[in-house]
Amino acid sequence: MDNLFDRKYTIQGLFILVCLILMAKLFYIQVGSDKYFISAESNVLKKIYTFPARGVIYDRKGKVLVQNEPVYDLIVIPNQVKEFDTLDLCNTIGIDMKGFHKRFTKAMNQSRYQPSIFEKQLSVQIYASLQEKLSRFPGFMVQNRTIRHYPDSVAGQFFGYVKEVTKKDIEEHEGYYRPGDYIGKAGIEKQYNDVLRGERGVINMLYDARNVPQGSYAEGKFDTLAKAGEKVYSSLDMDIQKLGEQLLQNKVGSIVAIEPSTGEVLAFVSAPGYDPNRMVGRSQGNNYMEIFGNPNRPFLVRPTSGYYSPGSAFKPVNALIGLQEGVIDAETPFNCPGGYRAGNHTVKCEHVDGNISLRRGLARSCNTYACNVFARIMTQKKFKSKVAAYNNWEQMVRKWGIGQKLDIDIPFEKKGILFNSDEYTKRFGKYWGYTTVISLAIGQGEMNTTPLQMANIMAIIANKGYYVKPHLIKAIGDKKTISKEYVQKNYVGVDERHFTPVIDGMQEAVNSPWGTAVLSRVPNIIMCGKTGTVQNPHGKNHSVFIGFAPRDNPKIAIAVIVENAGYGSTYAAPIASYITEKYLTDSISKGRQAQVEWMKKQVVLPIMPKPKVKYQPKQTEDTTKKQLPAKLEATPVTDITAQPKPIEITK
Amino acid sequence: MSTQQGNRFFFNVDWITILIFVALCAIGFVNIYASVYNPDTADVFDFSSNYGKQLIFILTALILGFSILLVDEKFFSVFSPIIYGATILLLLVVLIVGRNVAGNQAWIPIGSFRLQPSEFAKFGTALLMARYISTFNPKLRDFKSIAFAAMIVLLPLGLIMLQPDTGSALVFLSFMFPLYREGLSGYFLLIFLGMIVLFIADFLMPIGLIIFIIVMISAFFIYQNRRKQKMIFTIVIAAVVSIAYLYVVKLTYAKVLEPHQRSRIEIMLGLKTDPKGAGYNVIQSKIAIGSGQTLGRGFLQGTQTKYGYVPEQSTDFIFSTIGEEWGFAGCSVVIGLYCFLLLRVINLAERQRSSFSRVYGYCVASIIFFHVFINIGMTIGIIPVIGIPLPFISYGGSSLWSFCVLLFIFLKLDSNRMGFI
Repeated sequence: MDNLFDRKYTIQGLFILVCLILMAKLFYIQVGSDKYFISAESNVLKKIYTFPARGVIYDRKGKVLVQNEPVYDLIVIPNQVKEFDTLDLCNTIGIDMKGFHKRFTKAMNQSRYQPSIFEKQLSVQIYASLQEKLSRFPGFMVQNRTIRHYPDSVAGQFFGYVKEVTKKDIEEHEGYYRPGDYIGKAGIEKQYNDVLRGERGVINMLYDARNVPQGSYAEGKFDTLAKAGEKVYSSLDMDIQKLGEQLLQNKVGSIVAIEPSTGEVLAFVSAPGYDPNRMVGRSQGNNYMEIFGNPNRPFLVRPTSGYYSPGSAFKPVNALIGLQEGVIDAETPFNCPGGYRAGNHTVKCEHVDGNISLRRGLARSCNTYACNVFARIMTQKKFKSKVAAYNNWEQMVRKWGIGQKLDIDIPFEKKGILFNSDEYTKRFGKYWGYTTVISLAIGQGEMNTTPLQMANIMAIIANKGYYVKPHLIKAIGDKKTISKEYVQKNYVGVDERHFTPVIDGMQEAVNSPWGTAVLSRVPNIIMCGKTGTVQNPHGKNHSVFIGFAPRDNPKIAIAVIVENAGYGSTYAAPIASYITEKYLTDSISKGRQAQVEWMKKQVVLPIMPKPKVKYQPKQTEDTTKKQLPAKLEATPVTDITAQPKPIEITK
Repeated sequence: MSTQQGNRFFFNVDWITILIFVALCAIGFVNIYASVYNPDTADVFDFSSNYGKQLIFILTALILGFSILLVDEKFFSVFSPIIYGATILLLLVVLIVGRNVAGNQAWIPIGSFRLQPSEFAKFGTALLMARYISTFNPKLRDFKSIAFAAMIVLLPLGLIMLQPDTGSALVFLSFMFPLYREGLSGYFLLIFLGMIVLFIADFLMPIGLIIFIIVMISAFFIYQNRRKQKMIFTIVIAAVVSIAYLYVVKLTYAKVLEPHQRSRIEIMLGLKTDPKGAGYNVIQSKIAIGSGQTLGRGFLQGTQTKYGYVPEQSTDFIFSTIGEEWGFAGCSVVIGLYCFLLLRVINLAERQRSSFSRVYGYCVASIIFFHVFINIGMTIGIIPVIGIPLPFISYGGSSLWSFCVLLFIFLKLDSNRMGFI
């Protein structure tokens, strides 16, 4: 019996053991893990979001550039839907039955009990007629939100656009976004998305197991109201922006204007452009594809990602480096026999000037002068090797923002091209010298800059030695804050005293009878500038002009590029002069208004039917007809009244 | 032969056990109140609601319990065959006239209440078991006595299986503990344990691997006992039986078990997750319990409880309310109370002079133990969903009364422990 009595302990031990097992498991799920607590919260708590309006964007004069328009999303909770007149609903919101079933199935698949978006962005008009009938469509409701509206229909690439978040966006932002939220995808909307987006409002609602709302959680203690995004003040001047877009319509190119003292970008034109209003609303997707399909690539933000050789526009920089290095002074003469012979090839000039010095060399855009200066810089005795000389030159050029990003506040800025000595060594082997890379002296060869960088070079010369990083947004929010990097002066390492002769030369280029851009002189304003005719390996030369004005206390530095338009003096320089005039005097003088209208009508598109035109007139008509409608459609209609009718093919 | 006076009955009663009983009933009431709480119609004495009814059940159970204390102690021993017979009869009746609730024919409707005979069959069986062992004093070593004891258990078990109410039927396996205490070989427990292990292994491992393991273990033991021919024979038999059992389980599983039982087992073993279907109860129950964390959300603050996320919350899943609103602390108290009660009952049983009282005491502890283990284990997902109530706490008259009767008969017997029956 003793033996059997001991079995009591076996049984009691088993009881205790089992109780401990239960406790251990309970400890694990209750104390050891938050998982179940979180699941419980998500069981009961449903967050209902209200969408904030995105921040309004103003121009530098306080004019509204972007505002918000109400739209209405139709929402459905599938399990609350009862029988109703589906055809009526379809007609009201403008979809067919097939579309209805597709949307409904999608909503069902998402969740039977949770609201999902049935149709997005119904306009106010559709909403008005839907609102009356909504009670007849059980399970459907409307949620309002806002979309962007751009009153001026300009500066598409500057604004960028806003789109619904993708899965990838949601992952990248680690849970900030939820499906259905909007996010800036390009331009300012992307760059300043965090500022502009505002904060979602949230209402925490309790739901029971049958998804019946049971009131707000903790008496609304954790609920928040939607907070509109912050105001943003752009540095753009809408008047010259608009003028710039009109001048460049039916052309491909770019205009960048900067206020030199502050680095604020005054104009940011990229042609062809597109109407930002097309990237909003229900037809966004179709319009996107259409704009995307335009062969002249309206989505390319040319001011920051278009690559152009600076051409003659680089000559002032080259001269200034020469002055700073002390290899020349303002009066050092060089003989121009009409070209500069470097090794076995010659850099030609358009003219034969004989002995010229700095001012004339710049005004006449003399290649020989530039090459001589470059040769002197590269053959200074202080350098032990050609590579060291090049490295020194490269470092000095880089300080001007060439070959590197200027950190402008718009996404996808490119840095341009400037080779370092290693890259040349890789290309040419051990033996290369200044004669090999002599094209750099005239801004050709392994040097590409963006229009923004060119405008910035002008800002540096206007400032006599420094620049403020160019930026498109000058202030954020009511307090008008701005990032520190956009007020700091960046010096380029050339003494102020060297600038005067260079500026003189640039003044002559525009204002003296022998200057290259003399036809673009602005009445009553002394503009300094430099034309460029940039060799383009893919076709006709690009027309380039860079400059600033007025000479004393400059207010605007500008770079204009018109692709495939030939000499800098024919297109780029006049365009720059109109914009400068408009900006400085707020109008165009009477005598020049006709020129402006003429310029607006010019069509210079790189992708055009070629010489055939001349010899087979009949076919020309056909081709033009076939080709042109597409071109015209794809080109943004910035101003309908100014839309040119005759198509001229510029040679 | 009783030497005690009527007014002394209560003095000999084990008040500690009664205290635990009352505490558990109170915990049950509070949590049933919380699980059906509706702020609009909150009234503790609303007798149409579940907690109102439960209050009546508790009061009547207490009356029932104390009436039992007044009954002559010989009554239970003497009438045990009749009580057993009556419960068997009820089990037969329920198969004929019973109300079919959720696929189980387990209830006899009487007025507004529903009687669940399987609940009463437990103490009927316990009484007869005690009577059998105390009368015949079998050693439980020979086939005949084991078979007879098994018959007492298997008859109600089989009838309940016919309802079919697998959960309640499983509880009858708890009679192994008193039988073990009275001399049944420990091998039965081991075999039982082995059956469970093999059953689970059957799902988790390929059958070939299990057979290989069985063969290896057998070989090891044969080598150990290589001089004992009889042992070798037994081991070989055991191995063959185990392998046969594996196939029987596979077959039973595929042919006999109902789909919902199959999926419950698969979910418990983690072979299948089905948060919307069969796994819903367990997942929601675990969420509710887990969300209670250390100290719980507080009385009436459990969101899962309040908004009905756990099905059958006042009955089988009442423990999820405790877990959510009182947290790990509350769960520990409840499990602690049960553990204390079980150990207490075993200790009381061991101090009995009459073997009837002792066997009955073991039966009581074992039945309660099975219920607690299966019920709590189910709510926290370590046991498949088996619908049996949590003793004294779950909502329901039949269950509360039957546990009350079960326990108070033992208290009555214990209060009379000095006497002979």
